[in-house]
Amino acid sequence: MAALTRDDVAHLCGLARIAATDTELDRLSGQLGVILDAVAGAGEVAPADVPPMSHPLPLTNVTRPDVLRPGLTPEQALAGAPASEQQRFRVPRILEQD
Amino acid sequence: MTATTSEVLPYEDVVAAYDPVIGLEVHVELSTVTKMFCGCSTVFGAEPNTQVCPVCLGLPGALPVVNAVAVESAVRIGLALDCSIAPWGRFARKNYFYPDMPKNFQTSQYDEPIAVDGHLDVELDDGTVFRVQIERAHMEEDTGKSLHVGGSTGRIHGAEHSLVDYNRAGIPLIEIVTRPVTGAGQRAPEVARAYVGAVRDLLRALGVSDVRMEQGSLRCDANVSLRARTPDGQSAVPLGTRTETKNVNSLRSVERAVRYEMTRQGARLASGATILQETRHWHEDSGTTTSGREKSDADDYRYFPEPDLVPIAPDPAWVATLAQTLPEAPPARRRRLQAAWGLADLQMRDLVYAGATELVEATVAVGASPAAAAKWWSGELARTANAAGVELSSLAITPAQVAQLAGLVESGRVNDTMARQVLKGVLAGEGDPEQVVGARGLELVSDDGALGAAVDRAIAGAPDVAAKIRDGKVSAGGALIGAVMKEMKGQADAARVRELVLARLTSP
Repeated sequence: MAALTRDDVAHLCGLARIAATDTELDRLSGQLGVILDAVAGAGEVAPADVPPMSHPLPLTNVTRPDVLRPGLTPEQALAGAPASEQQRFRVPRILEQD
Repeated sequence: MTATTSEVLPYEDVVAAYDPVIGLEVHVELSTVTKMFCGCSTVFGAEPNTQVCPVCLGLPGALPVVNAVAVESAVRIGLALDCSIAPWGRFARKNYFYPDMPKNFQTSQYDEPIAVDGHLDVELDDGTVFRVQIERAHMEEDTGKSLHVGGSTGRIHGAEHSLVDYNRAGIPLIEIVTRPVTGAGQRAPEVARAYVGAVRDLLRALGVSDVRMEQGSLRCDANVSLRARTPDGQSAVPLGTRTETKNVNSLRSVERAVRYEMTRQGARLASGATILQETRHWHEDSGTTTSGREKSDADDYRYFPEPDLVPIAPDPAWVATLAQTLPEAPPARRRRLQAAWGLADLQMRDLVYAGATELVEATVAVGASPAAAAKWWSGELARTANAAGVELSSLAITPAQVAQLAGLVESGRVNDTMARQVLKGVLAGEGDPEQVVGARGLELVSDDGALGAAVDRAIAGAPDVAAKIRDGKVSAGGALIGAVMKEMKGQADAARVRELVLARLTSP
C-alpha cells in the first residue's frame, strides 16, 4: 500500500470538515502513516488465499420481516436536536452564500 | 460550422453534427410496509418526523436490520430486467455531509450490487423496439426531505436555514442504472422517455412500487453527452463530457430535459466551448436546465463495506423460484390485451401513453365494454390528469365509477356531452355517476311525449324546413333536430329526436 501523503491527509480533513493547520497536517500525516503501517502488518501473517474480511462473523442474510414496529414520537425524535421548527430538525444553511 | 453564441442550437443542427449518448438513473421507492433497515412506516404524506426511530435517525448504538421483502423486490426487479443476481454482496456506506441523512452516510451498495448486466426492450411510439442495456440495480435507502427557509425562492440557494423531515429517510430504494445508450441519434429524447415509461410499467407489473412520479416514488436523473460525428456520418469513438440533470420527474420532462441538454451542449460545442462535467437542475416551467454544482472533492464518498450489516447471499433455488413467478412482461401483456379488447394500434398506444392499461383492465373487469373503458380513460380522463399534472391513477375516480358511467351512456340515459359533466361531478367528489346524474338532473329526456311535443313545436316554427323534408330532402332534418336539442338543453337523445322528426314528415 502506498504511503499516506500530506496531501492525502489534507484531502481527508477537507472531506471530514476538519480545519487542520499546516503544523497539524505535518504531525498527523506522520502519525497516521505509523498507524496504517501497523495495520498493514496484518497482511504479512495472512497468506494470499485468505480473503479480506469485512465482518467478524460468517453470517449472511440476516433479515427481518416487513412488519411495523413502534418508533419514536416527534417530541422524542426532536428531543436531542439542537434546534427544531415546524416539527422538523432545524439545520444551518447548507450551501455557502455566493 | 460557424461559431455561434446562442444559448441553444436548433435540434436538427445538433443531431446533424453530433451523436447523443444518454444514461439514465432511475430511483424507485419500494412499496414495502416498513423501511429498509428498521420497522418504521413508509406511508407517504404523514406529519413530519412521525415515522422515525433510532435506526433511521442514526442515533448512536442503533443497529440496522435488512427488510426481507425489500431484498425479494430487488431480486425480482433484477430478474425482470434480465440481470444476473449476485450470489453474494455487501452493503456499503456512502459518506457525505448533508443533513438529509442524519448518519452522515447513506447505506447503499457500491461494487457489489445485487443485480448486474441486464437489458430492457423499450417500445417507441411507432412500435420500434430499442434495447437499453442495464448496468446494475442496487439496493439503498432514501434520504430525508429538506425544506429551505429564507431567501426568495424556497430553493437551497439563498436559504437562511433548512428544516428536515426524516420520514422518508430509510425508505427502501432501488437504483437502476443503464449503460451509456448509444445509437438512438435524433430519437434519444424519445428513447429516454420510453425507457423510463417501460421501467415504470415493469415495476408496476411487479407490484413492487406505486411508481408515482409526482409523489417522488419514481425519480429519474438523466445523463447526456454529445460526441462529434465523423465525416462519414459515423460517430467518433470517445464519449463527450456528460452532464447529469437531476430529478426529472415526469415522462414528458425526461424527454424535454434530454432534448434541452442536447441543444444547450450543441450550442456550446459548436461555438468552441467545452462542456463542464456537472449536475444540473431541471426547470419544469421554462423547460431548461441550470448549473447545479461541479463534480468535485465532495463526490469522494469513501465507500466502505457497512460493518453493521452482514452480506446478502440469495439462495439460487429461491432466485430460480422468483424467476418462475415473474409476471408477464408489460409489452407482451399489452399485445395480449389489445387483441382481447379488439383495439386498433392507435387506440392501444393512446391508452398505454396515458398509463391507462391497468385502469382499463379494471374497468372492463367490472363490466364496461373495452372500447368505452379505453375511450374514457385515454380521452377525457387523461386530459384531466394532464391538465392537473398528476398521474391518471391518482384522479378521484375509480374503474367501477367509469364502468357505471359507460353503462349510463350505453343504455341511452345520458349522451356524451352529459357524460362529460357527470365525470366532472364524480371528480369533484359528488359521488357515483348515478348520484351525480340524480343531483345535477342530467338524465336524457327519453319520454316520447315530451320529445314529441318539442318536435311538433320545432316543425311549427320552421315550416319551410318541414316542407323540404316532406319533399324528400331528409338531410334538412338537422335544423329541426338542432332546435329540439336546444329546447331540451342538450338533454335529449339526438337519434331518437331524428326518428320522431322523420316519423312525422315522411310517409312510411
